[in-house]
Amino acid sequence: MRGARNAGWAAGAVAVALAAAACGGGGGSSGGGNAAGVLSSSWGDPQNPLEPANTNEVQGGKVLDMVFRGLKRYDPKTGQAKDMLAESIDTKDSQNFTVKVKDGWTFSNGEKVTAKSFVDAWTYGASLKNNQKNAYFFGYIEGYGKVHPDSGSQSADTLSGLKVVDDHTFTVKLNQKFSSFPDTLGYAAFDPLPRTFFTDHAAWLSKPVGNGPYAIESYTKGSQMSLKKWDGYPGADKAQNGGVTLKVYTDNNTAYTDLMAGNLDLVDDVPAAQLKNVKSDLGGRYINTPAGIIQTLAFPYYDPAWNKAGSEKVRTGLSMAIDRKQITDTIFQKTRTPATDWTSPVLGTAGGFQDGLCGKACDYDPTGAKKLIQEGGGLPGGQVKITYNADTGSHKEWIDAVCNSVNNALGNEKACVGNPVGTFADFRNQIGQHKMSGPFRAGWQMDYPLIQNFLQPLYYTNASSNDGKWSNKDFDQLVDQANAETDTAKAISTFQKAEAVVRDNMAAIPLWYQNGSAGYSQRLSNVALNPFSVPVYNEIKVG
Amino acid sequence: MGRYVVRRLLQMIPVFIGSTLLIFLMVNVMGDPIAGLCGERACDPATAAQLEKEFGLDKPVFPQQYLTYMGHLFTGDFGTAFNGQPVTELMASAFPPTIRLTIVAILFEIVIGITLGVFSGLRRGRPLDTGVLLGTLVVISVPTFVTGLLLQLLLGVQWHWIQPSVSPDATFSELIVPGLVLAAVSLAYVTRLTRTSVAENKRSDYVRTAVAKGLPRRRVVTRHLLRNSLIPVVTFIGADIGALMGGAILTERIFNIHGVGYQLYQGILRQNTQTVVGFVTILVLVFLIANLLVDLLYAVLDPRIRYV
Repeated sequence: MRGARNAGWAAGAVAVALAAAACGGGGGSSGGGNAAGVLSSSWGDPQNPLEPANTNEVQGGKVLDMVFRGLKRYDPKTGQAKDMLAESIDTKDSQNFTVKVKDGWTFSNGEKVTAKSFVDAWTYGASLKNNQKNAYFFGYIEGYGKVHPDSGSQSADTLSGLKVVDDHTFTVKLNQKFSSFPDTLGYAAFDPLPRTFFTDHAAWLSKPVGNGPYAIESYTKGSQMSLKKWDGYPGADKAQNGGVTLKVYTDNNTAYTDLMAGNLDLVDDVPAAQLKNVKSDLGGRYINTPAGIIQTLAFPYYDPAWNKAGSEKVRTGLSMAIDRKQITDTIFQKTRTPATDWTSPVLGTAGGFQDGLCGKACDYDPTGAKKLIQEGGGLPGGQVKITYNADTGSHKEWIDAVCNSVNNALGNEKACVGNPVGTFADFRNQIGQHKMSGPFRAGWQMDYPLIQNFLQPLYYTNASSNDGKWSNKDFDQLVDQANAETDTAKAISTFQKAEAVVRDNMAAIPLWYQNGSAGYSQRLSNVALNPFSVPVYNEIKVG
Repeated sequence: MGRYVVRRLLQMIPVFIGSTLLIFLMVNVMGDPIAGLCGERACDPATAAQLEKEFGLDKPVFPQQYLTYMGHLFTGDFGTAFNGQPVTELMASAFPPTIRLTIVAILFEIVIGITLGVFSGLRRGRPLDTGVLLGTLVVISVPTFVTGLLLQLLLGVQWHWIQPSVSPDATFSELIVPGLVLAAVSLAYVTRLTRTSVAENKRSDYVRTAVAKGLPRRRVVTRHLLRNSLIPVVTFIGADIGALMGGAILTERIFNIHGVGYQLYQGILRQNTQTVVGFVTILVLVFLIANLLVDLLYAVLDPRIRYV
């Protein structure tokens, strides 16, 4: 999971940007832009070392997206998983997969990308001793329990489910049926790694080497990274510019000011305070497109007050007491869209997104809300406290607005209050210790654009991000069934059935889908954000 | 003098231990820092346990963690930040820009502050004096971030005199405007302190004697009047060195300077004990040493003050 707390104003995807592309062209020599031009872009200091299996937030993800290419890549426009280094990924039973790696790919230091590059990288990522925070991504592969036991030290150094057949073929055996496994392989944790990563780790970390369209030229930790186009890149998605300079900004307001002053080319994190002015400041050079991020309010099901008969009516009532449209229009300046299901529009209807699934339960209806909450036995303790972390992402503003909306709907000034927690770490800490006394902020940014990723980690019994400990047999059963389904369309429709269970119980209140926003200078054209809210750097034209 | 310095240095030890202990406990009281490392999901228990072991967080905060930390400290090991960088490396990159920024700010305080103070003190009640008083009042009442953002917008975006943000090199010339912003409030205080002190001492016996002896005015002002008037000002500026270094968070954020304030801010947000404690420890040392230097400076300024 890429920490959605920092995704605040980042995020985004898709085609709208292409329409804006015409604007920047201006002074370019040949219309198509200058292939040698280098652009500068705002950046944040990555929270973790820049290892693929250890990067779980957007800022580090940005670099990996430029420097690495995996077996699959999510189409920047549609979010569909498409073969990149994979020649083919075949399976007969959704459990045993044969992966063929394309010939002719190398790392930017000349080393060939082989089946071993993948197997070694995955083994490294799964190994407990390497402290990789995305290790759980390898949890479906057989032998994970030995390499990464829940307690104690590991009893094996290699994943028994991974076997190298020849230079360009390896097999994967999973510990359960998982039909959409190949589609998860576009995530950065599954990227291949060169030998130098293992032989001279410290040197690799100070200047990572990968197989993507850019190579890192210099990296000053905490302040700047300069990436140059790698001319020998064998893929079809070659860089359309000469390189990218990522500059660390402590404050996104400064980055925005720098963009205004012509000191910076691209800001992918437009500050909340500037959203009002951004149209007049930048004109057409502003993009605001959906991203795979949904904000919800989760509930503490370990607290009996929130987990008794009739509670679902209280939860549904609360959902109906929130005027989503007004909040997204005024506080977020339409950079969020009121949610009507529990996934994200970036999935597309084919991918499982269902506009309006939530129905009346997500429409603002004060009288209905009041009635439902009364039927459900009233608010536990007479008041709801919404817990959130107050350190980032203007959470305070919207939580206060949600509470206002609830208070107005219920005609009770004290029905809802915000309960701020100082830092994100402490917030996560209190959640982990089951200290929530009422609803709490839950943001989810997808790891890969699959409906499975919006449901299983969040609502499956004891899943890694099921912070409220919601548990429902029907839901679990439907998810298991969907994962075992070999036919993608059938799998998706089964997941949708599972989502309906979430709806009927109002396991979490969907609030809004988050957009990605970015602004850019007149030098740039063809700027777009992918569904992970990261600019599609290799397609940007300079000049 | 020597004995005095030794005594003061010895006194620093309990202050140093006490303050680092307080910071250490305060940072740790915020709870498990590992919880914030895995985004919106719980870290898987095995990795979390492994990380805790690696950062020594599995032991009780007091006394084990603190003692281990202090033990490492004396060997020059400040620990490792969560992004895998040694804290000493972070310090090596963060302190130079902040020190340069502080130097610029202190120079502004000394040059502009004291000069303005002396002139307005000597001309008490005249238009210049009233103007300086009014001006400093305005500067003191406007918060630093307003001055900072305003100057950044005017000079950086509107007039293009400067770059709105400072480059990673953070050279002296780039730091002039940020330094001025950082110094602004203190500068106003220095001006007012000097002014009052000069105006008061102007009427003292020794100044009258010096004038009566027929000394040139210049010599009266610099040797007799100023030297005696500077004691409160030097105290203020000395204490300000530490305050400026630690308090530059706002200015550093506005102008995107990757200095101490930036590292502290990020360390607190990410609940990175090692970074926060390490940086604050150094700041505590800076405070203590700056105070000692100020006390020693008294003797230079006023020969009547002697240390035994």
